[in-house]
Amino acid sequence: MFGIGILKGLGVTLKHTVSTYIDDFSRTPTRYADSYETAAGRILRQPTNITGIVTVQYPEERRELPENFRYIPMLLYEEETGEDRCTACGICSKVCPPQCIWIVRDKDEKGKPIKRPAEFYIDASICMSCGFCAEFCPFDAIKMNHDYELAVYDRFPGLIYDKDELSVPTSYYAALYPQAWKQEEEKRAKKAKKPRRPAKKGPSKPPAKKEPAPAAKAEPAAPAPATEAAPRPKPKGGHWSPIPEGYTGPLITSELPLPPVPAEGVSPSGVPWKRIMELREKQLLHYRERRKAEGKEIKL
Amino acid sequence: MANDQHIPEELQRNVFMTTVDFLYNWSRKNSMWPMLFGLACCAIEMICTAAGRYDLARFGMEVMRPSPRQCDLMIVSGTVTKKMAPTIVRLYNQMAEPRYVLSMGACATGGGPFKEGYNVVSGIDKYIPVDVYVPGCPPTPEALLYGILKLHEKVENQSVKTVPWYRKETPKGIAVPELGPDIFQPDRAEEIAMFTLRPIPAEES
Amino acid sequence: MTDDITTMEAPALPYADAVPGAVVGADEFGIIVNRDKLVEFALYLRNNEGFDYLSSLTAVDYLGFEGRTAEDRFEVVYHLFDTKKGGDGVVLKVRLPEDDPQLPSLIMVYPGADLQEREVYDFYGIRFNGHPRLRRIFLWEGFDGHPMRKDWKEAYYEAEHKPFKSRWPNGHYHWAEDRVPWGDNVKYPQGWDPNAFEPAPPPLPTIHDIPGEEIKTDRVIVNMGPQHPSTHGVFRMIVALDGETVVGLEPECGYLHRNHEKIGERNTWLGNIPFTDRLDYLSSMSNNFGYVLAVEQLMGEKGKPPERAEYLRVIMAELTRIANHMWSIGFLLNDLGAFFTPALYTIQEREMILDLFEEASGSRMMCNYMRFGGVRRDVDEDWLNRCRDLVHNRIPAKIDELDEYLTNNEILLARTKGVGYLSAEDAIALSVCGPMLRASGVPYDLRRSRPYSIYDRFEFDVVTDDGCDVYARYRVRMEEMRQSVRILKQALDDIPEGPVFKGKPGYVTRVAKGEAYGAVEGPKGELGFYVVSDGTDNPWRYHIRAPSYINLNALAPMCIGYKVADSVVILGAIDIVLGETDR
Ligand code: SF4
Ligand code: SF4
Ligand code: SF4
Repeated sequence: MFGIGILKGLGVTLKHTVSTYIDDFSRTPTRYADSYETAAGRILRQPTNITGIVTVQYPEERRELPENFRYIPMLLYEEETGEDRCTACGICSKVCPPQCIWIVRDKDEKGKPIKRPAEFYIDASICMSCGFCAEFCPFDAIKMNHDYELAVYDRFPGLIYDKDELSVPTSYYAALYPQAWKQEEEKRAKKAKKPRRPAKKGPSKPPAKKEPAPAAKAEPAAPAPATEAAPRPKPKGGHWSPIPEGYTGPLITSELPLPPVPAEGVSPSGVPWKRIMELREKQLLHYRERRKAEGKEIKL
Repeated sequence: MANDQHIPEELQRNVFMTTVDFLYNWSRKNSMWPMLFGLACCAIEMICTAAGRYDLARFGMEVMRPSPRQCDLMIVSGTVTKKMAPTIVRLYNQMAEPRYVLSMGACATGGGPFKEGYNVVSGIDKYIPVDVYVPGCPPTPEALLYGILKLHEKVENQSVKTVPWYRKETPKGIAVPELGPDIFQPDRAEEIAMFTLRPIPAEES
Repeated sequence: MTDDITTMEAPALPYADAVPGAVVGADEFGIIVNRDKLVEFALYLRNNEGFDYLSSLTAVDYLGFEGRTAEDRFEVVYHLFDTKKGGDGVVLKVRLPEDDPQLPSLIMVYPGADLQEREVYDFYGIRFNGHPRLRRIFLWEGFDGHPMRKDWKEAYYEAEHKPFKSRWPNGHYHWAEDRVPWGDNVKYPQGWDPNAFEPAPPPLPTIHDIPGEEIKTDRVIVNMGPQHPSTHGVFRMIVALDGETVVGLEPECGYLHRNHEKIGERNTWLGNIPFTDRLDYLSSMSNNFGYVLAVEQLMGEKGKPPERAEYLRVIMAELTRIANHMWSIGFLLNDLGAFFTPALYTIQEREMILDLFEEASGSRMMCNYMRFGGVRRDVDEDWLNRCRDLVHNRIPAKIDELDEYLTNNEILLARTKGVGYLSAEDAIALSVCGPMLRASGVPYDLRRSRPYSIYDRFEFDVVTDDGCDVYARYRVRMEEMRQSVRILKQALDDIPEGPVFKGKPGYVTRVAKGEAYGAVEGPKGELGFYVVSDGTDNPWRYHIRAPSYINLNALAPMCIGYKVADSVVILGAIDIVLGETDR
């Protein structure tokens, strides 16, 4: 008979509709069976044995994130000493596929490079969240943060993370990655027993005798606890290098002062630098006018 | 009524305006229709956000309109290529005001992993003004929802007195870029000519 | 290379006597063919040797490569296979000089060469004589230069290879835009006057006459896309209509052309893995799989992954197939007008699979899970149990449910049966692959005909359907999900304990000089990676044989004669993903 298929289809849809309501009106809806409350709201875990899927009512509820979840990297510093784990070895910036990590090595008074980053930037508007930096860092200094609430009104400097914005204490990492943390600590303890080496001076020969890459054999996530614990630390001063000291003007994409260019000579594109500066000025005006016409000036 | 007499006239208007603003923004915020418009991988996450698990309908946004005339919000979800940029600008010009732009993902924000590519625009904000940037590659549905909440916040703080869309003159719109040997904005033709038509050994240097 | 030719005895050349003068040499990867005899030789291979399937066609620019001169700067590479016998195919190479890069088109022998020759023309400026529509396809007419040539530099060019020196140890943050006078990723040739600029006229489709159409009405040209809800992204078709009937169709790609191949040549070998995720972004695991298989061929013994990793790869690839087919069926129904309800049901299962991916790899969509010689990390017993639960209970139940409410639905039948007919011969000739090819009744599945990884251990059927229409494609996808479940059950039962990575994970990849073609049967079809290495840390050439791009060859032939509303369904049944189509 014509129409049987359609009726069947309607039946399936109806069944789905009814079953949702039945579930919702039961005393504990199935979607709350495995969930737990935290300060940030209810954390939901999707059970596999029910039909359908539970709706995560963000922002009141959140999905439970697995331990290995990756979003944007973070830099770890030792909680007790306040020292950065990073030794500015540069491996992360070498493996980063879109090359969005910039590192400036620190220097001591005599100008000799020391194993510590003076500046460390990640451009979040380029980062592809691949996790290579965390995977290959020999010092477990860079890890992937779980914090995804990063939307901003202005791209500059909001999405260029500097060292202050990237730094988190090791305890934050330990809370996010309980299993990986345990394994790494064990390894560290073993290592500390054998060749005596200061915890944080870095090895004498750079990465040759490295600890194996973190979490290479880490058991993948079993349920991780609440991940929203520590918020991303607020930037202390936000020193993005091309912004001169004391600059108070607006921070809209094209309104930043440009990095210094040579007063004379020609750029690689064969154009005198002077001309470039003139044109960039013009472009700035152009952009500013357009923003005004659109009424999109942002007051924060 | 009696109380009204003690309030100066300007302030009375303010109280009134605040209520109007509140209603105005509340209704705009809770029925912000996005455009059914996907560019790349991020669009898949956007569709997942609209699907059952994250349910964009909770924000009054389930009506994704394929026509720009009916939309309030353009979610630029994915890599903007030079070939696509004129279309996006045209779509933006066709949207009725008030209109908002949310740049979803690293690509739409700043070119993302493909920034160095010869056919990739380094961020849609080179052409149209962006209200909220959501980083991530791709932003998870929660991250996108957070961006949308940020946008709601922004809408809430606008006032009907100062919003730019109740003005006399008709808005000009943004000049649609053209595809020559490379993409260019016609209103910047002069600047470009200064470089390209210059005799090769630069006279200054 | 030249050594090989001189040391090789003349009779040792394969197929030397077939067409006199055609084979001029051979290296360990392929046969070098004289371009004047190429068409004859291809005809011979197709008709007499059974190589009926032109899988991949690409070019390599050997400018500055060791042992190459301007005389043989370009090389056009053809990968031919046999759909009946399966097995390894034959590789043809045509070498072209720098000043005269042209050769005859193979479009008369293999109509499937159409789009790929246009791609090569677009990227390298190599002319294919006899091609009827040799226009740019990814970039626009008037674009300055051919970007894949080694001497062509993009506006943000910084160095030939990554890692860039500027990032460490004195990496002062420089916005790439600041290096360009216009503050954007653009460059203009010297002497170009923007004020006198005239854009190129838009492309128009070739009009076909439909036999049997009595009334000749005016032709209307309709543009669909790039912003159209049913083109699955930013795809554009320019359709010529006679009333409601499609009489001509011209696909226009490139609205998502993200320069994968150019960036891939700058990247390190390892750095390309996350980029492959973004090709077919619905099935990143399969993309990883194809790429690591190709590179592992170059790594020799070191690249052989341990047993457990092989199983994990297969499990991930099959889960991907299910997730992808779920999505594609949901959105096929969307195109039919069943707006979002079927898609919502199918996305549910996809989300469950994505949860597993996220737990194993860290990200829902961009998994970046496979490495050369293994996988990123092991999964635990809990993961496997949840996967078993899905595979044994949830997914089969969902497939049955879909079957129940879709397969015999009268509306679906009316809209898809007999629509988009593509015969088996046409499908092979047009280089169509994957579920599309099998829905035309050709049992060609790489997992069987050229088994890779450990697919030869599993029991499964190659699903075919003789319907040759959209409905058959839908049925094949449904059935393939069931077969994937079958493979998954076996794999989850047999998975051994052990390491998942060979050797120590490191970021330096040692590859031999040479070239390799690695292909997997992805959810969309044969996904191939053709890589050429000069022995350094970066690929010399990194080409992707993109199934959804090559399947578009069949779009115009399938749509012509049907109603315009059907063309949407036909496109939906090809199941394109623009990230892969445009790369
Ligand atoms: S790899 Fe680790 S230690 Fe080295 S520079 Fe990067 S974060 Fe610092
Ligand atoms: S996650 Fe990947 S793209 Fe992002 S900073 Fe790390 S290596 Fe670079
Ligand atoms: S940001 Fe990442 S996921 Fe989004 S479009 Fe770009 S590459 Fe794709």
